[in-house]
Amino acid sequence: MAGDSRKTKSDRLTEILRLWASRYSAPLENLSTDKLVGLIERFLTEKPEQRARRRRAPGRWDHEIIERIITPGSHVLDLGCGSGELLERLVRSRSVRGQGIEIDPEKVYECVGRGVSVFQSDLDEGLPGLPDNSFDFVILEETLQTVHQPVKVLAEMLRIGRRGVVSFPNFAHWHIRLELGLGGKMPVNGSLPFPWYDTPNIHLCSLEDFMIWAGRAGVKIIEGHVLAEGQVRPLREDDNLFAEEALLVVQNGR
Amino acid sequence: MARPPKSATSARSAEKKTEKEVKGPDHPRSVGWTRPQRVRLISATCPFHLEAGGSIAPVDVEFETYGRLNSDKSNVILIVHALSGDAHVAGWDAEAAERGRKWRTRKPGWWDEMVGPGEPLDTEKYFFVCANVLGSCYGTTGPLDPDPDAGKPYGLRFPLVTVGDWAKLQALLLDHLGIERLFAVIGGSLGGQQALEWALAFPERVERVIILASSARLSPQGLAFNAVARHAILSDPNFNNGDYYGGPGPREGLAAARMLGHITYLSDEAMYRKFGRRLQGKSAPEFSFGIEFEVESYLAYQGKSFVERFDANAYLYITRAMDYYDAARNWGDGDLTAACSRIRSRVMIVSFSTDWLYPPRECKELAMAICRNGRPITYVMIPSAYGHDAFLVEMLELGRLLTDFLSKS
Repeated sequence: MAGDSRKTKSDRLTEILRLWASRYSAPLENLSTDKLVGLIERFLTEKPEQRARRRRAPGRWDHEIIERIITPGSHVLDLGCGSGELLERLVRSRSVRGQGIEIDPEKVYECVGRGVSVFQSDLDEGLPGLPDNSFDFVILEETLQTVHQPVKVLAEMLRIGRRGVVSFPNFAHWHIRLELGLGGKMPVNGSLPFPWYDTPNIHLCSLEDFMIWAGRAGVKIIEGHVLAEGQVRPLREDDNLFAEEALLVVQNGR
Repeated sequence: MARPPKSATSARSAEKKTEKEVKGPDHPRSVGWTRPQRVRLISATCPFHLEAGGSIAPVDVEFETYGRLNSDKSNVILIVHALSGDAHVAGWDAEAAERGRKWRTRKPGWWDEMVGPGEPLDTEKYFFVCANVLGSCYGTTGPLDPDPDAGKPYGLRFPLVTVGDWAKLQALLLDHLGIERLFAVIGGSLGGQQALEWALAFPERVERVIILASSARLSPQGLAFNAVARHAILSDPNFNNGDYYGGPGPREGLAAARMLGHITYLSDEAMYRKFGRRLQGKSAPEFSFGIEFEVESYLAYQGKSFVERFDANAYLYITRAMDYYDAARNWGDGDLTAACSRIRSRVMIVSFSTDWLYPPRECKELAMAICRNGRPITYVMIPSAYGHDAFLVEMLELGRLLTDFLSKS
């Protein structure tokens, strides 16, 4: 390693980045040295209120996108519909026929209070016998990471629905990586607000992980949107690093 | 996504039970004094044909109504009662004493907590109708009424009746009242099966259907309980093949049937909470076969008071109707999903976690069959320690669901 001393720190970092890209086949994240150093610097110096401002996520950003995606009058199944805000909105503005599924009794009562049809059930028990393609859209909004068998639930979504809409926090967001990598602690932030010992999120994945699964499972990504730096915008190549949350419209490609 | 801890739910239920208030007739949320109405729906010359074969005539129906029918008759809710229920849902029966129904002088109708001005089933908004079922003993023609052919009470000559017959007769009553469409039909337990039958038999006549602690058919365990109950009645030495009117009657058999019934209406947990292993009014056991434990005393009381107000033959007929009901067989050749394709109403099904007569699993199966047809369905399982009885106990949760489902959906 005699040559090392002649290299500048910046050269060495560039080399590391190249190695990183080749090892993890991560062309999506063509990071320049400057950019990487910039992120680390930001991570170390950013004050909590600055971070909060950066994360000023527009309420339920994904609801607005989903509303745009859903065709008026369609038949929509919302898996893990929570207290039914999304379905209520879709029924009002898109005249959909909506059906929710939710496990939490209190949220189920809230659905009934909104006039949303809700089926109290555990998604992990499956949706026995719901016919193939019986819904135009099946939504998995911030639910995927909470189920015991995410792949089974995804498969059911794609079987029952002509299209799936799935949103989840991206565990490979740069800040999360640094919180864990440099900080050495499980990240707690806007998209992942729970401490490790009390969280519904038991199957976190990165955007890249999801894409790899989709590729293997023959699932087509028709459309993608992300929340990044407090902005909602279409999915980009490098979003495995920059998206805090992702929303994808998927469909069986086979 | 977190479930509330079980213990918290149970504690809440326990509080509610002890706070249960009885509304007097002057209470602002009571429907007040009520008078049963009776109508001859089937004349002697035009018999009512029964699902199991044969026919019956004449048929009188006793019913009650609460609230006010609006001008376009769009606010009608039919309440359907359970096995031992009657048309007296709410309020205080003004004719209880003169008709020899003295138990009604001590308490209001069976769902008084739920029905009244400002209650979840709001008599200021809706017009409620409830009719006693065919074969019962509360004013609608049943085995204790005179058989016109025999000149004495029907007894076991009364024909077998079904849940389908009941719904048809209720429809005839609504025709008689000039009511075409129902805003909703609501029932629990055997009443829930009538509500389901309404959705299947008269899909265009009912907008909303609420089914509580009930499913598309009784489980084999349920059939078994009913078999034991009937055995107790049929083998009572005073049963006399059903011709016991004017004599002592099968009091012990009917009491035993009711005691068994009450076991099935509670749950293991409810019994622990209600009675534990406490002794009845003593600090040490007497080592006898008398009443030693509180739970024995409770069952003995339930059995005894039931005998004062119910007819053993009616119990046989109604439990049989409960046994035979099978929505899948009646409407879908055994396929529940196919049967449910008939449904046009918005349906809400509510189950209770510790109900072992109509367990959540089976209530959910019915909900799923409706969902498979792409029909909107609301299925809720209320965590409760009270077993099957929960539909008459869990007023807070249930009240909220009923209010919301009726006003929002």
